[in-house]
Amino acid sequence: MLATQTDLQFFANQIRYYTLKELKAIGFGHYGGSLSIVEVLAVLYGKHIHVEPDDAKNPDRDYFVLSKGHGGPALYATLFLKKFFSEETLYTLNQNGTTLPSHPDRNLTPGVEMTTGSLGQGISAATGIAFGNKLDGRTNYTYAIVGDGELNEGQCWEAFQFAAHHQLENLIVFIDDNKKQLDGLTIDIMNPFDFVEKMKAFGFAAELVDGANLEEIDAAVERAKKRTGKPTAIVLDTIKGQGVPYLEKKADNHHIRPTEVDMSAINSTLEELEKVLEGGQNQ
Amino acid sequence: MTFSSALDQKEMRQTYADTVHELAKKDDRVIALEADLSSAMSTSRLESELPGQYVNVGIMEANMMGLAAGLSVVGRKPFIHSFGQFVTRRAFDQLFVSLGYAQLNAVIVGSDAGVTAEHNGGTHMTFEDIGLMREVPNAHVYEASDAHQFKYLLKKAYKDGGVHYIRTIRKKAVNLYDENESFEKAKVLRNGKDVTIVSSGIMVAESLKAADLLSQQGIDATVIDMFSIKPLDIETLIEAAKATGAVVTAENHNVNGGLGSAVAEALAEHYPVPLYRVGVRERFGQVGQTDYLKKVYGLDAHTIVREVERVIERK
Repeated sequence: MLATQTDLQFFANQIRYYTLKELKAIGFGHYGGSLSIVEVLAVLYGKHIHVEPDDAKNPDRDYFVLSKGHGGPALYATLFLKKFFSEETLYTLNQNGTTLPSHPDRNLTPGVEMTTGSLGQGISAATGIAFGNKLDGRTNYTYAIVGDGELNEGQCWEAFQFAAHHQLENLIVFIDDNKKQLDGLTIDIMNPFDFVEKMKAFGFAAELVDGANLEEIDAAVERAKKRTGKPTAIVLDTIKGQGVPYLEKKADNHHIRPTEVDMSAINSTLEELEKVLEGGQNQ
Repeated sequence: MTFSSALDQKEMRQTYADTVHELAKKDDRVIALEADLSSAMSTSRLESELPGQYVNVGIMEANMMGLAAGLSVVGRKPFIHSFGQFVTRRAFDQLFVSLGYAQLNAVIVGSDAGVTAEHNGGTHMTFEDIGLMREVPNAHVYEASDAHQFKYLLKKAYKDGGVHYIRTIRKKAVNLYDENESFEKAKVLRNGKDVTIVSSGIMVAESLKAADLLSQQGIDATVIDMFSIKPLDIETLIEAAKATGAVVTAENHNVNGGLGSAVAEALAEHYPVPLYRVGVRERFGQVGQTDYLKKVYGLDAHTIVREVERVIERK
């Protein structure tokens, strides 16, 4: 487990760096929604999720479900860094016969707990995992990330009702509020209104944090873990394409097949990250 | 076998509740999920009898599939019940992806098969659930015709693992089998030489009635209870097709996608013989009593007799 914020920052930089390299290898993919969850993945896998590749089936492990399955590339970069599979495997994303499909598959990828991608379904499964663990008296946590666009799906709200009714304090849900869904801005397509108020109305403890701020995310998770009697929703104020300035500004950044101009900008971020990572390793 | 209409078995819903109870007592991983239809399925009592092994999820079938998937991830053995149309039609993508594609375990029971939805009418009447479930790779698809068979299939599905769909009525079924009967292969209930009638669920009794009527005309029918629509017992089917040279299927379901389709596909590939299918064609459900609806949709012994007469002419 990574103890300091500096360690977590280094881990986040690594996840972003390898997510970009992985997407670059296939030449297209879900850039925007992968990049917006890099920081939360760094906090979770860097500090809170107790799971190791050599003990990956331990029933007392913490569970993670990426309900917004199109963020798979960021999860794969994280799982590679946690040594669930090799760097060579990482660059097979979406290639024929790969074990790393666009959307996570529990039967293909070591470390992936649940098959997701059909939006709304992962959060139900995460709720079932948390419910089963609570029934069996385990003290582990289940973490899930849902997308802001994903919350258009009614099934998510079914799952939230169930989680609150059964007082699943072992379920911590992150809402990646990156303000965009595939076709445009969430506020134009389906106004999300106030996620924090909505989640509170659904019986969750809920708060808004800066989704690029590792310390804030970490502190919110710590608060969630002290809570009893209700599940927690942590709304992450993020930017689609987070951490790559060029992509943050690009309007249509859900799924990108980069042009030469796009690639040149992405390469600049990769070079900067490489320098930062080299500097970090030399410290 | 002589057809007996004696209604001396338990109701199918009671059989479901008792069997889940029995399995749950032996295995604490078993968990029953209901979506606000416990009182319709006699499972309400399980809440107090099986603490930690029963949950009423409320009226949310899509979420129920996902919850079952999550429970299966942590090692539980979910039994899911609702009316057939809710667990298949309504929550199909959830069932398909979160349970089927994810290769998790669940025994899914869809009650109120076809016309037995009676006064719940067209919105609640499913003639396509078997067709949908046949499309789920590796799923097992059964229709129970009798309480002893239903109990056996529930236990078999629990033991085998994977995704199983069992279609049933809720009330009493006719008594077809002894308590200790085994159901690993299709049941040949009557052996004849002129025609084979293949059916499942409530249509098995109609098929036996039809066979009695046909015997009065000197037509000797084989009757097969094809309770497993997937996997289909092709061996038993082909054997009967070879012996009789003509087949009629009978199902309380749309002829497209259900038993009739499965049998037609198997015969076309392995041993083509003349075939007619008794079942629902291009119709939605409607309100009415079962006996009335069976006449409306042609799901009765007389329709089977008529189709047998037609198919024999083609031999």
